[in-house]
Amino acid sequence: MLKYISNTFFHIGRYYTLIIRSFAKPEKKNVFKKRFFYEVDSLGIGSLPIVMIISLFMGAVITIQAAFGFESPWIPLYAVGLTARDSIILEFAPTLVSLILAGKIGSSIASEIGTMRVSEQIDALEIMGVNSASHLIFPKILAALFINPFLIIISMFSGIVGGWIFGTLTGVVAPDEYIYGIQYDFRTYNVVYALIKTVVFAFIISSVPAYHGYFTKGGALEVGKSSTTAVVYSSLLILTFNFILTQLLLS
Amino acid sequence: MIEARNISKSFGNKEVLKNISIVGEQGKTTLVIGGSGHGKTVLMRILVGLEEVSSGAVFYDSRNFLEMKLDQRKAIRKEMGMLFQGAALFDSLTVEENIMFPLSMFTDNTEEEKLERVNFCLHRVNLENVNHLYPSEISGGMKKRVGIARAIVMSPKYLFCDEPNSGLDPLTSVIIDELIKEITAEYHITTLLNTHDMNSVMNIGDKVIFMYKGQKWWEGSSQNILHSDNKEVTEFIGTAKMLKELRK
Repeated sequence: MLKYISNTFFHIGRYYTLIIRSFAKPEKKNVFKKRFFYEVDSLGIGSLPIVMIISLFMGAVITIQAAFGFESPWIPLYAVGLTARDSIILEFAPTLVSLILAGKIGSSIASEIGTMRVSEQIDALEIMGVNSASHLIFPKILAALFINPFLIIISMFSGIVGGWIFGTLTGVVAPDEYIYGIQYDFRTYNVVYALIKTVVFAFIISSVPAYHGYFTKGGALEVGKSSTTAVVYSSLLILTFNFILTQLLLS
Repeated sequence: MIEARNISKSFGNKEVLKNISIVGEQGKTTLVIGGSGHGKTVLMRILVGLEEVSSGAVFYDSRNFLEMKLDQRKAIRKEMGMLFQGAALFDSLTVEENIMFPLSMFTDNTEEEKLERVNFCLHRVNLENVNHLYPSEISGGMKKRVGIARAIVMSPKYLFCDEPNSGLDPLTSVIIDELIKEITAEYHITTLLNTHDMNSVMNIGDKVIFMYKGQKWWEGSSQNILHSDNKEVTEFIGTAKMLKELRK
């Protein structure tokens, strides 16, 4: 037990030190800019199709489930749209999509940096006098913080559109009732809350896998293990911070 | 000149380097030889600052490297070039971008100037028309040459080579050895090279240091090693058939 606690503190300390080192001033602004836009494209734009597809079906399922639960003459049909909207904005888009991105982006970051570590590419950077943490990790974190809110807004939109399309096609809700529902009692704060969560999750998704990749030791097998560990820890941290932030921002 | 004084290194309770002192001279190639697991790579990683020492000091032309802060070390690192065992080329960059990388990071040269320097270095390592190929598209020997080109692109004062011949056929090994020897003499670089290839010892070793169980066991020239009476040295070089014949 004592060993487990000391191990946890060791990782927290090492993670903190790495992140501080990562946030150093970039060596060359134009090199950093190139890397930043490369990461925006790779981590963000590359994730757009999967985010849209998942959100579309997520919205569809939420709408059908809401309609199934509201089969009562006392509940107006527009409540289906309202429920779908709030579920998607408050929880499904920021949390579920972030969990999916933790798998997709997280494993990619951990395996990329891990492979660079075991093939001595990180050592090569250090020998040249380059701050490898700043060069490799900082653009990824910044790119994730920048692009993930856009992804989540697209996810919200896709989810609500998915609910409208499939709700209408399956006949569980009339289009005008659904449209009325998604407009009814709309609170901007819900979107702000979702975006605050998204930014925190984006930091976790990018920094935790980077940490696991950066300290990989061994060979291909260890890179795979780092990648898996990174996804597991990122997901657990997302769920933990989801609870903390919900308590702080909504209670 | 590179000088390591009384270097010791332990990992936990295991002492892997014991009080090692070596000197690498300018314009010469110093070879560190020894079997696997006897501390050659750890010593080189300490010299370049990738590992911290337990005790001892490393001097680059009288500048105490290990006592410097990270920012100060960076200045010396810009004077270093290193060829890694697996070449350590950046997978996501082409050959040209790999060699250009240090120039882009540390100089304000124009694209034309950088390209000119890259092509000069590629030409120097006898590579042509590979600028736009990725590391995965070239052979092991070519990777090593690109690694050398990247190591010399900033005109380093110190060159480190970690087992440059590993995984190469004998002919390519000789070519790589010759290249390192030529570059060392041509640019007056202080070169330190780790190897267990006896052909390299005979071809390019101005000075040879034999390591055994984490200690400097023997030091001398590549010619003297053939006549050494040291049991461990004899056993080590005796494994090379060619040298057995030479001894006869």
